[in-house]
Amino acid sequence: MTDAGATPRPGAAAPPRLAARGLSFAYGDRRVLDGVDFDVRAGEIFGFLGPNGAGKSTLFAILAGLLPPAGGEIRLDGERLGPRSRALRARMGVVFQEPSLDAKLSARENLLLGAALFAVPRADAARRADALLEAAGLAERAGDPAGRLSGGMRRRLELARALVHAPEVLLLDEPTTGLDAAAFRRAWAEIEAQRRSRGLTAVLTTHRPDEAERCDRLAVLSHGRVVAVDTPAALRASVSGDVVVVEAEGGADLAGEIASRLGVDARAVAGGVAVARDRGHELVPRLVEAFPPGRFRSVAVRRPTLADAFLRLTGEDLGEGPAPGAGGPLDAPGPSASPGRAATAAEARR
Amino acid sequence: MNGARYDAAAVAVLWRRDLLRFFRQPSRLVGALGQPVLFWAVIGSGMAATFRMPGTDVGYLAYFYPGVVLMVVLFAAIFTTLSVIEDRHAGFLQAVLAGPASRGAIVLGKVAGSASVALSQAALFLLLAPLAGFPYLSVNWPLLVAALALAAVGLAALGFAVAWVVDNVQGYHAIQMTLLVPLWVVSGAMFPAGPDRPILAALVRANPVAYAVSAARLALAGPGAPGALPGPAGRDLAVLALFAGANLLLAVLVARRGAAR
Repeated sequence: MTDAGATPRPGAAAPPRLAARGLSFAYGDRRVLDGVDFDVRAGEIFGFLGPNGAGKSTLFAILAGLLPPAGGEIRLDGERLGPRSRALRARMGVVFQEPSLDAKLSARENLLLGAALFAVPRADAARRADALLEAAGLAERAGDPAGRLSGGMRRRLELARALVHAPEVLLLDEPTTGLDAAAFRRAWAEIEAQRRSRGLTAVLTTHRPDEAERCDRLAVLSHGRVVAVDTPAALRASVSGDVVVVEAEGGADLAGEIASRLGVDARAVAGGVAVARDRGHELVPRLVEAFPPGRFRSVAVRRPTLADAFLRLTGEDLGEGPAPGAGGPLDAPGPSASPGRAATAAEARR
Repeated sequence: MNGARYDAAAVAVLWRRDLLRFFRQPSRLVGALGQPVLFWAVIGSGMAATFRMPGTDVGYLAYFYPGVVLMVVLFAAIFTTLSVIEDRHAGFLQAVLAGPASRGAIVLGKVAGSASVALSQAALFLLLAPLAGFPYLSVNWPLLVAALALAAVGLAALGFAVAWVVDNVQGYHAIQMTLLVPLWVVSGAMFPAGPDRPILAALVRANPVAYAVSAARLALAGPGAPGALPGPAGRDLAVLALFAGANLLLAVLVARRGAAR
């Protein structure tokens, strides 16, 4: 698995590994992608962050070669790809959201057939399949039909199948959907290992802040447009101060009430109200005193997360369950999980 | 990068996959043999008392046997290409479509796989040929294999095209009952189209599957087989080759069109 030999950090003059200019797509009158531009460097983990309906799935289908774009172009290492070009498909591995394994064939056979599709010589395919099964913790189940594996095992096998031909670019659609915390870490460990060992570039779509934290850079996708591209830290830093999260009934009305009584910018979010401001801890006693006891289920102060950054950039909620930034059980050990983050609504609701 | 290499690889992968799946599922093997045997024995013996082929003394079980062989091919082709619908959205075919092979190669691989499964099922049923009065040594095997292979390819390609365009299982079943199954019913497989029924006779002559049934009759019962269409077996094979070629072209065209999902 060291045969690709790509350099993880090319010189500044090197063209981006994968780039797009003006990608557009429409279903009838509905514009789904509206001039999407991006540059993904070799060896980078690059994410498209957006809620359902932002155009992620369409962008994924175009990059996977399943859907021809209505306009725009894709470049691979600076070379413009024609329509129906197989150059991109030949150098890419794809992890779908839906299953793409043959349930009747064994885990190992799935990998061997996956490798054969890319004309990998048989001996190499067998060697890589065994190594990937080992890394995915599936070596003992290699002979079992894929359909008899657990959901998490199948997702790991999907990832192994996408990597078995040693692609230069790995494309993943909401990759950790349906993974438990351990499987999530394992999947990311494999992606990062392949990046270190052979300069794998990974491009993924996600609506989950915790998954987005794992990326080197993110393109924030909203209504078919890229509205910002930056590192997760820089995106988070664009939201100043703290976020005060109130867990209570009647989000929209309560947000208006808090805004008028305390003179702060309050927003309704799923499960309550969020207020982004400096020195958030000073707001807490004022909030508690301004409302009758029992009006709030909880009040918490935390550092801004990518969901807050997304909200500030687009005015939209990422749409993943509870209050913005509450990443759920798979929260990455990144800054969003820093001690400032109160473990409140998110955990309680899971 | 050599595109032909990827295309050949995809054809081999899809072909091998269908055969692996078929021979690994004992229930499918049992069904592949049991269903046509039941059909042949039950309908065949029910009709045996009333059926009389004008001008011959051939029994209905013998008359019906080549028709059931074609039924096996038709149903196997339908069954295996039906899987394209799910496979394309939530199955292995997704990964194949995102791979480097061309759509044409994907069609060829899938059709080759489906046709091979259909031929394997027909071969199982043909083990019973002596029971129907066709000793192995008297059968014209090259003609029989050629006719069944061309019919299998044509029907699998047609099934693929329908599955790709319709893209939902209920819709596929509707078309199966109104288009694919009638192809077999009016092929002369169950009953001959005598000169007293000119409309049926015209339908049979316009039906490519009728030429497969006819060629199978000639291969099993020899020249002048009862129920075979008048004319040489070479004409039957030519019609079938045209049928297979046209459907393959149709399947490639629909699969190349537009989006994959």
